[in-house]
Amino acid sequence: MNWGSWSNFWAMGGYGFYVWGSYAVCFGALVVELVLLSRRRRRALAELRRTVNRKVQSDETEN
Amino acid sequence: MPGKTGINWFYYAAPQTFYPLAGRLIPVFAVLAALLAVWGLYIGFFVAPTDHQQGESYRIIFIHVPSAWMSMFLYVTMAFWAGLGLIFNTRLSAMMASAIAPTGALMTFIALWTGALWGRPTWGAYWVWDARLTSELILLFLYIGFMALQAAIDDPRRADKAGAIIALVGVVNVPIIYFSVQWWNTLHQGASVSITRAPTMAKTMLLGMLVMALAFWMYSIAATLARLRPIILERERRSDWARELLGKGT
Repeated sequence: MNWGSWSNFWAMGGYGFYVWGSYAVCFGALVVELVLLSRRRRRALAELRRTVNRKVQSDETEN
Repeated sequence: MPGKTGINWFYYAAPQTFYPLAGRLIPVFAVLAALLAVWGLYIGFFVAPTDHQQGESYRIIFIHVPSAWMSMFLYVTMAFWAGLGLIFNTRLSAMMASAIAPTGALMTFIALWTGALWGRPTWGAYWVWDARLTSELILLFLYIGFMALQAAIDDPRRADKAGAIIALVGVVNVPIIYFSVQWWNTLHQGASVSITRAPTMAKTMLLGMLVMALAFWMYSIAATLARLRPIILERERRSDWARELLGKGT
């Protein structure tokens, strides 16, 4: 497929809005998922750290 | 119970053994997804020719069909793990089902969105209430229902059971989506790829679509595993192995 020029490529034969609207939202949705995943990972680790610290503290007061 | 291969598969059925394995697998599937996506998009935009009927608008196919396939495949996979968890009461399978749901919902959303933007130039409408589109929308509601139900129940084991029932009942919808274009009169075109007959599209178009489908598949596995790990931690944070994990600096 030879587009000739970049402006032809972005125009997508007049269907630019539909084609790029599809790809942009698809890519954006995947990026949002990746951000949420990394946030969930950080939160889970922080929560684990808190749980472990609480347990260590309560063990110390018991002794 | 080691099988013929000498690998004890049940070993990895425990959350504490699967957690580090998942951590090693994520980068493998992520890199595969990225490489396949670059290859697939290159074919889709620079190798595949213009369609003689739809012009360039057909290029939406390279994300529309893969996301639609994944939306159905992930639902069946989710229902499989949820059902396994329901029958054998295994912790990890239920967590796997919970980890798949958001990615499945995302794939369904992408399929609907790209379908709407493809429908406008080809049918003249972003949305029509026909069998294929409506059953795919129901699939999105099933994913959302599964997640909402699980979020509403505090006890994780009860949430797993309730979610499993929704997931299993909803499986009925998947063959309805798949065969809807044959069973009802619809605007949506029939399957472009079928096991029983030759594909009805140019070879490079088909190749680009299949490579993108593989890319979406690898992405889905990576995202599911990346969600499974925090789910394991959230549920097992009071266990000894999770505490030891912190010491290792993971």
